Amino acid sequence: MAASLQTQIRGTLAPRSGAAARAISEPTVVRWLLIGIALVFLGTFLFLPLAIVFATAFQKGVGFYLQVFRDPDTLAAIRLTLLAAGIAVPLNVVFGIAAAWVIGKFDFVGKSLLITLIDLPFSVSPVVAGLIYVLLFGLQGLLGPWLIAHGIRIIFAVPGIVLATIFVTFPFVARELLPMIQSQGNEEEEAALTLGASGWQTFFRVTLPNVKWALIYGVILCNARAMGEFGAVSVVSGHIRGLTDTVPLHIEILYNDYQFVAAFAVASLLALLALMTLLVKSVVEWKAGQQFAAQSASDTESNS
Amino acid sequence: MKIVLKQRSILPGFGLSLGFGVFYLCLIVLIPLSAAFLKTSTLTWHQFWHVVLSPRALASYRLSFGASLIGASINLVFGVLVAWVLVRYDFPGKRLFDSVVDLPFALPTAVAGIALTTIYAPNGWLGRPLAAIGIHAAYTALGVTIALTFIGLPFVVRTVQPVLEDLDKELEEAAACLGAGRWQTFSRVLLPTIFPAALTGFAMAFARAIGEYGSVIFIAGNMPMRTEITPLLIITKLQEYDYTGATAIAVAMLVVSFVLLLPINILQRWSSSRRAQEAPRDTPLGGTLKPAYSQRGRQ
Repeated sequence: MAASLQTQIRGTLAPRSGAAARAISEPTVVRWLLIGIALVFLGTFLFLPLAIVFATAFQKGVGFYLQVFRDPDTLAAIRLTLLAAGIAVPLNVVFGIAAAWVIGKFDFVGKSLLITLIDLPFSVSPVVAGLIYVLLFGLQGLLGPWLIAHGIRIIFAVPGIVLATIFVTFPFVARELLPMIQSQGNEEEEAALTLGASGWQTFFRVTLPNVKWALIYGVILCNARAMGEFGAVSVVSGHIRGLTDTVPLHIEILYNDYQFVAAFAVASLLALLALMTLLVKSVVEWKAGQQFAAQSASDTESNS
Repeated sequence: MKIVLKQRSILPGFGLSLGFGVFYLCLIVLIPLSAAFLKTSTLTWHQFWHVVLSPRALASYRLSFGASLIGASINLVFGVLVAWVLVRYDFPGKRLFDSVVDLPFALPTAVAGIALTTIYAPNGWLGRPLAAIGIHAAYTALGVTIALTFIGLPFVVRTVQPVLEDLDKELEEAAACLGAGRWQTFSRVLLPTIFPAALTGFAMAFARAIGEYGSVIFIAGNMPMRTEITPLLIITKLQEYDYTGATAIAVAMLVVSFVLLLPINILQRWSSSRRAQEAPRDTPLGGTLKPAYSQRGRQ
């Protein structure tokens, strides 16, 4: 709103002539050269890998492609990945909301330390993330003897895969929600509480609708990473076909077996997931922009 | 700050959210991480250094750090270029290119790994022409660098982009009025402004690349001493049931990534404080309007 006012004023005071515009932009040749270099760079590094995934996946035709998904090992891998993501994502959503609420709405000692600790899993190598669970729950691990005595298997079994997935996707929801919750301020919640709403009512009716787009994007990103995690899961899985193989691990097995087309067929599933994630991101950014514009507009009205 | 103190007393849920958040953080992250450090403490210093400084480990650090540094540098140059093109110019398909920049964040690393390997393999789309001029990309250090460039690509673009978007044209107009050429304006006015953000992105890309595993192992060839990255060395030691060796190298990596967090945080703060300062200072007109706007937002 201020920006539009500013351009208005600026427009009347100093209309930009062609010469002025030319003084702060590059010659057409330079411009197209820069665009060309950028597009070639993005093309080789981003579009080419995407293209080869789908090109190789359909190399032997649609029939073969579909047949890959009738293989019981592939289906077991898909089921396990859905299970791991189905547990990891909701848990991280609850944590993300709690963390964003506490950091975004309150001021307390140790706040920046908490933010740093939440970001920690981002800076840990996935392989190390898997290893720390092996050191805790593995045969030679700290809790290993106790777990064996009680007949509980975590490493080289499904619980380890779920734990590793939770670890690597830990910060996503909190990271996406936090800036949004912070930028909203506390006024609306205070108004709701003053008018007699309960804490949960305030959260579900006031806070959540305001941050829903950031939350959706956080969930989608968290889910994409949960379903695609490779390094951490590879360390704790034990690679038992049909039992502890997730989709990315199954891709590795097929690829190392020289079943390239089958590997790429399964990979195309995850590539589609990535494309969907990017699409949702674009939609969410557009919606958030709309919401922001609407808010600014109503601010102007209430202020004038 | 007064407002925050007042609000603290009204909004509910502080104890519950903080309690759950810290509990979950300890359970998933802090306790398992300290397990790794506990495990190393059973090693003597002599044993620890023997593993961490073994020739094979040193060779893997050289490759991991070297390839990460080159990859992050490529991304520094091309990231600024891509951000500039996306913010300043209009061309068909701009929105598509803009959203695809995030692909390395969204695409599972294993998929990226097999895709890059197939492209750069000796009979691949790019591998064949490269091999014809004597460059072997797949299964060499060059392949590792390519994979690490791929996974670090979005960082610099996404840190520089918002800074360029916020930049007022007046700065450049003033430079042009004072007789600066376009290149002078870029190197003397624009580059110093976007430098902190670009450096932040560079550091993030570097930190991410050091720990990367999935996208690298397919294209690396994984020859000990030559194309073996550090995370792979950890996995190899684990498969040989050498838990202490794996832990020692993992702890060395953890220390490096925690040490890297510090400059990244400082850079981020520098970059955001630069942005906060720049804005009101742009022009007298911007100076009078912008603070009014930001105050209105805070009411």
